[in-house]
Amino acid sequence: MATEHPTATVPGDQTRIHNIGYRSYDGPRLGRAYARRSLYSQSLRGAYGLGRSAKSKVLPMLLFVVMCLPAGIMVAVAVATKANELPLDYTRYAIVLQAVISLYVASQAPQSVSRDLRFKTVPLYFSRPIETADYVRAKYAALASALFILTAAPLLVLYVGALLAELDFADQTEGFAQGLVSVALLSLLFAGLGLVVASVTPRRGFGIAAVIAVLTITYGAVSTLQAIADVQDSSGAVAWIGLFSPITLIDGVQSAFLGATSAFPGGAGPSNAEGVVYVLVTLGLIAGTYGLLMRRYKKVGL
Amino acid sequence: MGVTVIVTESLSKRFPRVTALDRLSVDIGPGVTGLVGANGAGKSTLIKILLGLSPATEGRAEVLGLDVATKGADIRERVGYMPEHDCLPPDVSATEFVVHMARMSGLPPTAARERTADTLRHVGLYEERYRPIGGYSTGMKQRVKLAQALVHDPQLVFLDEPTNGLDPVGRDEMLGLIRRIHTDFGISVLVTSHLLGELERTCDHVVVVDGGKLLRSSSTTDFTQTTTTLAIEVTDTDEHPDGTRAVRDALHARGVTVEDGSGLPGAGHILLLTAAGDETYDLVRDVIADLGLGLVRMEQRRHHISEVFKDNDAARKEAVGHGN
Ligand SMILES: Nc1ncnc2c1ncn2[C@@H]1O[C@H](COP(=O)(O)OP(=O)(O)OP(=O)(O)O)[C@@H](O)[C@H]1O
Ligand SMILES: [Mg+2]
Repeated sequence: MATEHPTATVPGDQTRIHNIGYRSYDGPRLGRAYARRSLYSQSLRGAYGLGRSAKSKVLPMLLFVVMCLPAGIMVAVAVATKANELPLDYTRYAIVLQAVISLYVASQAPQSVSRDLRFKTVPLYFSRPIETADYVRAKYAALASALFILTAAPLLVLYVGALLAELDFADQTEGFAQGLVSVALLSLLFAGLGLVVASVTPRRGFGIAAVIAVLTITYGAVSTLQAIADVQDSSGAVAWIGLFSPITLIDGVQSAFLGATSAFPGGAGPSNAEGVVYVLVTLGLIAGTYGLLMRRYKKVGL
Repeated sequence: MGVTVIVTESLSKRFPRVTALDRLSVDIGPGVTGLVGANGAGKSTLIKILLGLSPATEGRAEVLGLDVATKGADIRERVGYMPEHDCLPPDVSATEFVVHMARMSGLPPTAARERTADTLRHVGLYEERYRPIGGYSTGMKQRVKLAQALVHDPQLVFLDEPTNGLDPVGRDEMLGLIRRIHTDFGISVLVTSHLLGELERTCDHVVVVDGGKLLRSSSTTDFTQTTTTLAIEVTDTDEHPDGTRAVRDALHARGVTVEDGSGLPGAGHILLLTAAGDETYDLVRDVIADLGLGLVRMEQRRHHISEVFKDNDAARKEAVGHGN
């Protein structure tokens, strides 16, 4: 009866495979600010699916194309018909395409922060030289930059097209600059709101739904109330109601100070004094969402 | 003794309902140190304090000569950390993830990529490193977690339960790797486990904590110097269908007491005897050769270490009983 014993492992056998000589590292260690920048660029790339699976690239890239396509068509038409102005103001573009922007925030804010919470990567980051504030700033800046790319790219297309169509250079440059300031504010505001909502929902699906809800329900409610107020001839109320949804906030700021025509019912944007309130509320919301994010991440220890 | 890598003085951490660490004073030198304790003993809490991420309630601690209360960021640049929980995003590849963590530790882009390739190879991940982590086995995930802790070539790594969830083979490989982190890479290690037994082969030094209190801190040779148990396993032949029994009888005849390794894996085929020195090894070799059997394995087992733990445990239970 010749039994075969399972052969015991020869000592050193399993380690030999890996034995390829260890090289130590004595190059530079760039510290905390560099780590924060690395997190920023990784998150910004991630917001367009770069460095992630092919599947993750589809939606952000698609939304980017959808966002730029109308601008391309407008430019083509303007050049072909030798029009003397663009069919849509620079400041109006983002307002008209707000659904695309909302969808982008709703899909990418959870992608940026919920994943880190859900897969517990956040504590691992905090075992590196960075601190809570670095994490929040990197994530905030990355999503705001991604949104700025999304919203400024079509404006650039319009601007380049306008110059090709030989429209008035000074006019176009002014409009383009106003548009850029407006979408920069919009990017900061939407990024902050999206991140706050996403950071309290580790489940990505809930995060997406919650962000969409915050952006569209407020807009729906505000524009309905504004329409009612407009019918009842209280145009003062129209302006104040507009403070309660993110996109109407941006609309108010830009029609008061950035030469935009208001999308409010009756085209009645806020007066200059009301506009100051709009600016303050917008900046307050941006600062407030940053503060909330800081508080949220203070609690995420190891 | 040599340089101190970790020192704590009367370190305590109290949560509203529990005392996780209770006036813990230890002094840990270079090498591989095991931190052993049951669930809730305070192991992970100690690591968080040592990383400068959670303030101690009282007492002080230094890591690599840096105070944890004030120099947390400096400490975190020089140490690596492998958490006990999952921390890997499933939709990126091991390479992407480890490069990113290298940069988060301050390595410039090129160095981050080079060191990632090296480190993944050292922990034994090859082609699969380009595939998304979501499809990895537990053993492979543990290796990725280990790689991200080593990628920036730290002076010290904290490994929180690295053998968690691994099968016996994976466990042995992980322990082998941990040993090499010190011997080949020159990095000191603090590794936690709730199994004292598995750290005895791997560690130079073992710290045992229980209920946040220090039970014992000593080098593994202290634990085991009193006796060395020799485990042997032999083949059977036609002449000796039960080779194990034949060896036992032959050794008995020469006055050596032999136990069968009941309770151990492969019991019935394994014989345990106390080695008195080189002559014991010679004797075993001669006996087996005379019988014409093959030696499958002969290895040292250090049993004493677990007995130390058991004794202390029993003593503590008693003390608790009296206290009530
Ligand atoms: N943030 C916290 N708040 C309250 N209690 C905590 C907290 N973290 C840990 N504890 C408690 O402190 C004690 C020690 O926990 P710790 O996680 O350090 O144990 P451990 O030795 O790592 O255990 P395990 O083997 O289960 O990982 C436990 O009783 C735990 O419940
Ligand atoms: Mg633990």
